[in-house]
Amino acid sequence: MSKQEVRFSGEWKKKEALKEAPKKEEAAALQKALPASGKSVLEKNYINFGKSQMTKRLQPSLNWKATFDFKEHKSLLRDTQEEKHGGRLERSGPPVSPRRSQLVRKSAEKIEEIISESSSESEEDEEPPDHHQEANAGLPSEYWQIQKLVKYLKGGNQTATVIALCSMQDFNLAQETCQLAIRDVGGLEVLINLLDTDEVKCKIGSLKILKEISHNPQIRRNIVDLGGLPIMVNILDSPHKSLKCLAAETIANVAKFRRGRRAVRRHGGITKLVALLDCAQNSGEPAQSSLYDARDVEVARCGALALWSCSKSYENKEAIRKAGGIPLLAGLLKTSHENMLIPVVGTLQECASEESYRTAIKAERIIENLVKNLNSENEQLQEHCAMAIYQCAEDKETRDLVRLHGGLKPLASLLNNTDNKERLAAVTGAIWKCSISKENVTKFREYKAIETLVGLLTDQPEEVLVNVVGALGECCQEYENRVLVRKCGGIQPLVNLLIGINQTLLVNVTKAVGACALEPESMTIIDRLDGVRLLWSLLKNPHPDVKASAAWALCPCIQNAKDAGEMVRSFVGGLELVVNLLRSDNKEVLASVCAAITNIAKDQENLAVITDHGVVPLLSKLANTNNDKLRRHLAEAISRCCMWGRNRAAFGEYKAVAPLVRYLKSNDTSVHQATAQALYQLSEDADNCIIMHENGAVKLLLDMVGSPDQDLQEAAAGCIYNIRKLALATEKARYT
Amino acid sequence: MNRKKLQKLTDTLTKNCKHFNKFEVNCLINLFYNLVGEVTERQGITIGLDRNAFRNILHMTFGMTDDMIMDRVFRGFDKDNDGYVNVSEWIYGLSVFLRGTLEEKMKYCFEVFDLNGDGFISKEEMFHMLKNSLLKQPSEEDPDEGIKDLVEITLKKMDHDHDGKLSFTDYEQAVREETLLLEAFGPCLPDPKNHPQLFHSHPRADGNSHLVWPRKDGNCI
Repeated sequence: MSKQEVRFSGEWKKKEALKEAPKKEEAAALQKALPASGKSVLEKNYINFGKSQMTKRLQPSLNWKATFDFKEHKSLLRDTQEEKHGGRLERSGPPVSPRRSQLVRKSAEKIEEIISESSSESEEDEEPPDHHQEANAGLPSEYWQIQKLVKYLKGGNQTATVIALCSMQDFNLAQETCQLAIRDVGGLEVLINLLDTDEVKCKIGSLKILKEISHNPQIRRNIVDLGGLPIMVNILDSPHKSLKCLAAETIANVAKFRRGRRAVRRHGGITKLVALLDCAQNSGEPAQSSLYDARDVEVARCGALALWSCSKSYENKEAIRKAGGIPLLAGLLKTSHENMLIPVVGTLQECASEESYRTAIKAERIIENLVKNLNSENEQLQEHCAMAIYQCAEDKETRDLVRLHGGLKPLASLLNNTDNKERLAAVTGAIWKCSISKENVTKFREYKAIETLVGLLTDQPEEVLVNVVGALGECCQEYENRVLVRKCGGIQPLVNLLIGINQTLLVNVTKAVGACALEPESMTIIDRLDGVRLLWSLLKNPHPDVKASAAWALCPCIQNAKDAGEMVRSFVGGLELVVNLLRSDNKEVLASVCAAITNIAKDQENLAVITDHGVVPLLSKLANTNNDKLRRHLAEAISRCCMWGRNRAAFGEYKAVAPLVRYLKSNDTSVHQATAQALYQLSEDADNCIIMHENGAVKLLLDMVGSPDQDLQEAAAGCIYNIRKLALATEKARYT
Repeated sequence: MNRKKLQKLTDTLTKNCKHFNKFEVNCLINLFYNLVGEVTERQGITIGLDRNAFRNILHMTFGMTDDMIMDRVFRGFDKDNDGYVNVSEWIYGLSVFLRGTLEEKMKYCFEVFDLNGDGFISKEEMFHMLKNSLLKQPSEEDPDEGIKDLVEITLKKMDHDHDGKLSFTDYEQAVREETLLLEAFGPCLPDPKNHPQLFHSHPRADGNSHLVWPRKDGNCI
C-alpha cells in the first residue's frame, strides 16, 4: 500500500466509519451510510488493523445492509439502465479481507450505489450521478449540481469538503427546490454527520448551509428526526465563537416547531443558550484566529434568537427562568442594537405570559427599558415591546410603572398609525391592559386616546378589535368616558359587534355595552339599535364566558331601559331561557344570571312569569354554596323573588332558608347585606322564622344590627322583629 | 552561541517580528537550538533545520499529514532557499504560522499554493494539490473527473477576473468573502484545536510570558 493511499484513507475515514444510528426508520437510509467517528486527525494516521476497528465499522453495516438490500431488490425489479451499478451489486457480507484499501473500496461502492439508488428511485431518469447534467424531465439543473456536491462531501477529505460546502452556499438556499434537493440526495445526513466531527472548518461550512435550509418547515423536521439537535447543542460548548453563533442561529430556525423545542430542552440546550447571553463570560477566551472569532455581542444575539424560538413552549419558559435567563435578558435590554433588542424583547414577551416571570420582570426594571424602546423607529421592536407590556400589565404595579416611566403617551400616539396591523394589535392590547388602572384611563383621556379608539371600531381585523373593545370597556367604567364614547358615536359600532362568533371579542363587547348602558342616554341608543335583544340572544352562546358576560351586561340594561318590563316580556322565550340558565354548572354564569333575575323581578308581571317557569326551586337548589359572589347575587335574587304570591313559603319548602343563614358567617359584607335583606323578606312567613331561629340566625343578626351600613341595620333589625313577633305570638297562643 | 550574540539576535528578531514578545522569542530560539541538536558553530556551515527535521516537527507537533503541503510549507519558511530553516526564518515563519493576521496568512498560503512561484495558481497546480482529495471510486471511468470538476468549481468560485487562473487579488477577494477558503487547497496552517496554547501569549505571575511548546519531555519555559 502506498503511503499516499494510506494517508488519504486516514483523512477520509472520519466520515467513512459507521456509527450506531438510532434514528427513525426512514426510507432514506443514507443516514446510516456515513456518520463520523470523531477521532482526531493525528489518531487516524495510526492505521489499526485491529479487529475492533473493523467490527466497529461492520456492526452498523448490517442494519445498513437490510435497507441496502431492499433498494437493491427494488432496482432489480425495475428495468434500469444501471448496468454499471446494477450488475455489480455485491452481497454485502462482512468483509473478510483485512486489507484496508479493499474495505474502503467496498464501502465506497455501497455508498455510491445507494446514492444512485436513491436518485433513481426519486425520479424516472436513471442517469448515474457523475455524468454532467443534461436537461431532465422536470428536474432543475441545481438538483444535479447539488447531488454532485453532496457526493464530494461524502467522498472527499477535509479540503474537498470545504470546497464543496463553499460552493453549495452559492445556490439559492432560500428556494424550496434547492432545499429539498439537498435533502433528497442525502445531503442532510452528511451535513449533520459533518457536525459531529472535530473539523472546525467543516462544521462551520455545514452550519452555514443548515442555517439557511432550516427555514423550510419540512427540513426542520427532518433535521430533528436525524438527530441533528443534540449535536448542535453540543457545539454550543465550543470555544470558537463563530461556531457558537452559527449553531445558535440554526437552532433558532429548527426550534420553530414543538418537537424541535422539546428536543432542545431535553438535550440541555436551554441552559447552554442562556449561557450565551452572558457577554462578560464570553470574553474570557482570547481570540484564536480570525476564522473562528466573533464579537461577543453577536454571540449574545444569536443566543437570544434561539431562546426566542424556544420560548414558545411552556416548559422552556420555565427552563429559561431557572437557568437564570431573566437578569441576563434584562442586562441585554440596555443596549441600543436593534438586532439584539428584537429577539430579547421577543423572548421576554413570550415568557411574560407566566406569572413567575412578571415578578422577576418587575424586579429587574425591565419595564423602564420596554417603555424606552417604544420610542424606537423600528416597527418590529415597537410591536414586541407593546406585546411585552400587554403581557405584564396584568399586574397592578406594572401598570403603575408603565405610567410612571411615561409609557402611556407613546402608546396613545402609536394608535394613530394603523398600517401595521400586528403592531396595532399589540399596542391596543397594551392599552387595554393598562386601562384596568383608573389613573391610566385618565391619562389616556388626556391624550385623546379614547376618541381614537372609537375610530378603530370599524374596518379593523379581529385581533385589533378585541383589544380596542376591551380598552373601551375598561374606560367606560368612568362616567365621563361613557359620555365621551356616546358623543363620538361609539355606541352603534359597539352594538354592531354583538353579532359575531369570536368569543373573546364577544366577552369584551358585552362588557363594553354593559358599561355604556349605565348612562341613560346611551341606553336609549342601545335600545333603539335592538342591542338588548342581541345581548339576550348571546345567552344562548355555547361559551360560558360569553353567557356570563352577556348576563352581567343585561343588568344595567334592564335597570336603565324605559319600560324595562315591557321590553323584557317582548323577547319570546326570553324569560324561560334565563330561568333555565340557573341549571348551569358555571359559577360565574350562575352569579350573573341571578343578578339578571334580580333586575327582571323588579317588574311584577315578569316575576310572575318566572315563578311559573320554576325559578324558586332552581334558586333554592343553588343555596348551598361557598362562593361569595354567587351567594351575594343569589341572596339578592331571592329577596326580590319573595315579593310574589306564596314564593316566601315556597323558598322555605325548598329548603333555601337554612343555607342562607350560614351566609351570615361569611367575611364579605356585601354578602351580609344581601342575605339580611333576603332573610327579612323570608321572615314574613312564619315557618321560615322558625327555621331561622333554629339555625341560630338571631345571634348573627344581632351583631349586624350594630353595623355601620344603614341598609344592613334595617334589614337585620326587621328580620329580628319578625322572628320576635312570631315568638311572642306563639307564646301568647300557648297561654290562651 | 554566546550570550551576547544571543541577546542581540533576540532583540533583532523581537523588533522585526510582530507577534512574539521578547520572552517568547527567547524561548523559540532555545527550542530551535535544541531541535537542531549539538552542532558547533563553524564558518561556512549553516545551522538550521533541514527538510526532514522540519517536516518531522510539522507532523509531530502540528499534526500535519499531507506530504506535498508539508513540503511547500518548508519552502515557505525557507525564504533564502538554501535547504535549511535557520533561526530567523524559524521565528518569522512561526510568527505567521501561529499568530499571523489574516493578511499575513493570506500571503503565506498563496505562496504555499503557488507551486511554481509565478504569482498565479493555475488549474494544473490546483489539480496537483487536490488530486488525492476525493476517494477514488472504482466504478468511475475516469477517476480524475471528480477532481477536475472540483477544480472547476473552485475556479468558478474564486476566479474573479475570469482569466482561468487565480491571481493573488482573486484569492484575496475570495478569502475576504469566505474565510473558509483560506486553506482551500490543503491544510497549510496548524489547527488550533490541537494545541491551543501556542496561539496566544500566556502571561505568567512574574510578568514574563512563556510559550508552551508541547514536547515529549515537557514544556518549554
